[in-house]
Amino acid sequence: MNFLPLWRYQNQLIDGAIITLELTVIAALCGLIIGIGGAVALKGRATFLRWLVRGYIELFRNTPSLIQIFIIFFVLPSVGLKLPAFEAAAVALSLYFGAYSVEIIRAGLDSVPRSQIEAGQCLGLSGWQVFRHILLPPALRNAYPAVTSQFVLLLLGTSLASQVAADELFHVAGFIESRTYRSFEVYAVICAVYFAMAMAFKALFALISAAAFRWPRRR
Amino acid sequence: MRSFSLIDFVSLVSALRWTVTLVVLALAFGAPLALGLAMGRISRFAGLRWTMAACIQVIQSVPLLGLLFFFYFGMPVFLGIQVPALIAVTIAYTLYTAAFLGEIWRGGLEAVKQAQWEAGACLGLSAWQQFRHIIAPQALRLSLPPTVGFLVQLIKGTSLASILGFVELARAGQVVSAATFQPLLTYALVAAVYFALCLPLTLWSRSLEARLDGSR
Repeated sequence: MNFLPLWRYQNQLIDGAIITLELTVIAALCGLIIGIGGAVALKGRATFLRWLVRGYIELFRNTPSLIQIFIIFFVLPSVGLKLPAFEAAAVALSLYFGAYSVEIIRAGLDSVPRSQIEAGQCLGLSGWQVFRHILLPPALRNAYPAVTSQFVLLLLGTSLASQVAADELFHVAGFIESRTYRSFEVYAVICAVYFAMAMAFKALFALISAAAFRWPRRR
Repeated sequence: MRSFSLIDFVSLVSALRWTVTLVVLALAFGAPLALGLAMGRISRFAGLRWTMAACIQVIQSVPLLGLLFFFYFGMPVFLGIQVPALIAVTIAYTLYTAAFLGEIWRGGLEAVKQAQWEAGACLGLSAWQQFRHIIAPQALRLSLPPTVGFLVQLIKGTSLASILGFVELARAGQVVSAATFQPLLTYALVAAVYFALCLPLTLWSRSLEARLDGSR
């Protein structure tokens, strides 16, 4: 066991970690937008749209993320849409994260009892005011733990982008391995970097939660 | 170059046996370990609780792909001898399964009210009898839906073994795609097989959740 040969590659590791973070944040933001849109569509009246969203959710939640990345990277070029590796991985991971977010956001909205919305209407609040002051705060609080743990899973899941040669952290690991032949040491370091990033995000999310959701829980 | 034929389809479907083997191995070793982790997490001894929590935290904060590579390249370093890839991969999937199932089952055990343990103690049951006859059945009921849900994650997770060269479903897809130059058809088929495997489990998990409503 010898970790010294890896020391020269710390810049590559940092670059890889930054690209991993970019990929995670892009996929999370796009996924959340999909999630909000999908949840609104599921609550909406258009039956066709509801079925479409349901089909999307089941399709993306019941197939491996790796295969989805392969399909977007290897198959879309044959229909004329050629995406570079990073973009292809970002699209695939957004769609994967989006499928989970729809369900999380829908469950968050559903967790608010109907009677509270009616109470707000009785007090003469407008539709927007009911949404902003009555529906949104508890829905956010209830969806928050699921969204953040899904975010950490997404961060770890971006490692799959290495399989289409996007330059993220896990791909950097392969590069360093091919230069140093220190396979075990490289992957031990890479695991430690992912661990540090995941723990940092968990700590950050816990802080945000403590600051943002200070009102007492209903008993 | 040759076109996609029945043989390719057969090779995809027969590669399923490795997918199934990996899932069975992960469950066979991971489930008992998960039970141990879950019981350790609700133990009276703070030291044990913290150790178990730390183990789960570490495994859940590392990518599954990282775990696979760590043990694939690490086993010879730890043991000083070459071990078959299957053993390294089984260890990685076992730990992954144990960490996630352990947390799910701990949640189930903790959701059973403390008063139930006390009621068992009042009836003169031993700690093991309380667990076995009072707590475990109720916890099982609560944790069955997410356990089935995790099974779907595990099946999807076995696709990562392809990266270490296991010819399971995903790898067979890559091979066939390279031989036939028909990635669209091949990967669509691979996705369809995974979908056919996972969707029934997802639906089962959902119906269990509706039927075994924990808020009862």
